[in-house]
Amino acid sequence: MTAVALAPPRRRRALRPGVWGASLFVGLVVVAAVVPGLLTSGNPGAADAVSALQGPGADHLLGTDANGRDLLTRIVYGARPSLLAGLGATGLAVLVGSALGLVAGLGGRFADETTMRLVEVLQSLPTLLLALLVFTIAGPGTLNSIFAIALYLMPSYARLVRVQSKLIGRSGYVEAATSLGLGRIAIVVRHVLPNAFVPLLVLATIEVGLTIVAASSLSFLGFGPKPPAPEWGAMLSAGRDYFAVAWWVAVFPGLAISLTVLSITVVGRHLQRRLEGRPS
Amino acid sequence: MSLIELSGLEVSFGDVAAVRGVSLTIEPGEAVAIVGESGSGKSVTARALLGLTGDGARVTAKTLRIDGRDALAFGEKQWREVRGTRIGYVLQDALVSLDPLRPIGKEIAEPLLLHRVVPRSESGDKVLELLVKVGVPEPGARAAQYPHELSGGLRQRALIASAIACDPDLLIADEPTTALDVTVQAQILRLLAERKAAGTALLLISHDLAVVAEVADRVLVMRDGIVVEQGPTGTVLAEPAHEYTRTLLAAVPRAENRAERPPVEGPVVIEARDLVKTFKGRTAVDGVSFELRAGETLGLVGESGSGKTTAARLVLGLTEPDTGRVEIDGRPWDGLSRTERRELRRHIQVVYQDPLGSFDPRFTVRRVLDEALAAGGEPRTSRRARAGELLELVGLDPALLERRPRHLSGGQRQRVAIARALAPKPRVLVCDEPVSALDVSVQAQVLELLARLQLELGVAYLFISHHLGVIHQVSDRVAVMKDGRIVETGDVREVFASPRADYTRELLAAVPRLPEPRLREEIAS
Repeated sequence: MTAVALAPPRRRRALRPGVWGASLFVGLVVVAAVVPGLLTSGNPGAADAVSALQGPGADHLLGTDANGRDLLTRIVYGARPSLLAGLGATGLAVLVGSALGLVAGLGGRFADETTMRLVEVLQSLPTLLLALLVFTIAGPGTLNSIFAIALYLMPSYARLVRVQSKLIGRSGYVEAATSLGLGRIAIVVRHVLPNAFVPLLVLATIEVGLTIVAASSLSFLGFGPKPPAPEWGAMLSAGRDYFAVAWWVAVFPGLAISLTVLSITVVGRHLQRRLEGRPS
Repeated sequence: MSLIELSGLEVSFGDVAAVRGVSLTIEPGEAVAIVGESGSGKSVTARALLGLTGDGARVTAKTLRIDGRDALAFGEKQWREVRGTRIGYVLQDALVSLDPLRPIGKEIAEPLLLHRVVPRSESGDKVLELLVKVGVPEPGARAAQYPHELSGGLRQRALIASAIACDPDLLIADEPTTALDVTVQAQILRLLAERKAAGTALLLISHDLAVVAEVADRVLVMRDGIVVEQGPTGTVLAEPAHEYTRTLLAAVPRAENRAERPPVEGPVVIEARDLVKTFKGRTAVDGVSFELRAGETLGLVGESGSGKTTAARLVLGLTEPDTGRVEIDGRPWDGLSRTERRELRRHIQVVYQDPLGSFDPRFTVRRVLDEALAAGGEPRTSRRARAGELLELVGLDPALLERRPRHLSGGQRQRVAIARALAPKPRVLVCDEPVSALDVSVQAQVLELLARLQLELGVAYLFISHHLGVIHQVSDRVAVMKDGRIVETGDVREVFASPRADYTRELLAAVPRLPEPRLREEIAS
């Protein structure tokens, strides 16, 4: 008897340590944002001219900046504005975007045309121009940069929710609910909204990372929170001038941004696989 | 020398064994059928003959010889030489199997050029010849058309044409007629029989014993990856030796399975008068009238595009007719306020062909039923208990309440859909192809359940199906639809025994039939 394998057996899916590591890091960043005192005992604003631009070592784990402030402490305290900008902008965009998307998707032809043309006008403006417009009118600051980023994110969310609600509006379960005699509002609240939200939340989670980069970029350009407040983008910008003599001043804040964005994206993708792999 | 010699085939996907020790030989020019329900391993067996089980499968066999050559030693290159030239493969769904961006002529020419059957300059003529061979009318014009421009029957013919392009010794057809109307199915079966007469060996895969009975010389009945019975078609169908084959045969919906039905004396619950509905200039429903009494089943039968589903939507008040009216319990849909309409809706409920699509994917069975009970005015306090009762009513374990429908089997899902439809205590149930997606044994159980519920609850059924056997088994009266009109209506037994309309006769003639099972005593003596 010769039993011969005609096709190789499927490789078992390995446990994903990457997702665990990423979740752990996201958790760490959240802790830093909520209770920074738990991770460091220093004061982010404590300047010490004597120990300026010290390299990473026993005294200062990640070194110090040009004003002699401990970089680790500043990075820990910098998590809050970065995360706040990321979550705030995404949250605002989700809220406004899904409201517009629902109106467009379920509100009939006129509502659809009006909202979508508005969204297209927003999308046709170059991103940076849109942000500069906001800062020119309202001035720089954390809140305004949140607003600028939300304005940029909102159109794609509105589009997603519009398509989703149109699809779900035609689905078998909405028809079944109609046949049961449920009212329009009950159907939207109970069936359309929650199901349209699943892909939106996945997209938003992934994009929180990009939003943090956007917020940091705006601070880098000088539109974010005012110095000496610790903020990753602003720290990166300040470190630029000393790059040749003290690489750590720019590298560690940059690393904080990159790792946070990477981790959030990994977790987001994982959520996507988990939630969207299901039939709907 | 046998064309195919397979023994001890084992296929597993991860920990799941799909095929467990199947042996099969096919002689040149022979027609063999593998019959089984979903998950029986019939398609996987066929795909193993083409080396197409996929990366996830672990495949072993004691022997696999194709035309005398040892296929166990084949690499991808040798398999590619076998596919198309020695073995042609026809899949169930011609729409997804044909490239949507290429005219069918190009699609059929591809294997010709790939295997260098004819020089490029002659491929056009060869394509036309093939299209004629599979009975495609106006082959010149059709060859330039795209799959979506063709009807299901023509698509299936085009697919068969590409499979036989290189004149293979064996043609494997996996459920070749399942997606087709009964009259088209009859044509495709004739076409397959012609190929067999021309000397091509056939391997038919089907869940439908009646379909294979017409073409196959030999039948293998598979269940759970094992061949439970095999033999000449006539013998297996007439004197089934294995219990499972007998169950399968008994489950086939047909007139003999009709339960005794009490005479219908209830009041009229649906009255449809002169319904007309046009979509963008195409008339879907054209002057349809019927009535339905409490406790009665009206079978609405017709082929795809005959307007039966549109008629159902008009009755359900989900679509407004252009003219005509529908009255539920004497109350017409039109002229009601939105609130009154919503109140009326719970008196007429619906069960769909695809139950899964009709459940919110986030909902558990409990929430599905809870919503329906609430719509029927059941107070919150008693809903929990009622949901359990409903599941028991449709023959399910109340423990399933916490499951999500996508984790249930097809039959269980359809039972949940029926439970939901019954929750608001409707007078009428519209069943739109409720068993078409189910395996034949499950089909029989669901039909039995519907019959029992009707006796217990006195609910009326508007039962839509393309399957004449199903209609014959469940209906009191039947309405035959074609092109938006009812061409014939009357008592189902009378209509099927002596049809008056030509179309009804045509439909009935096209139904593949099983040979009458011989009585067991007769065999014994």
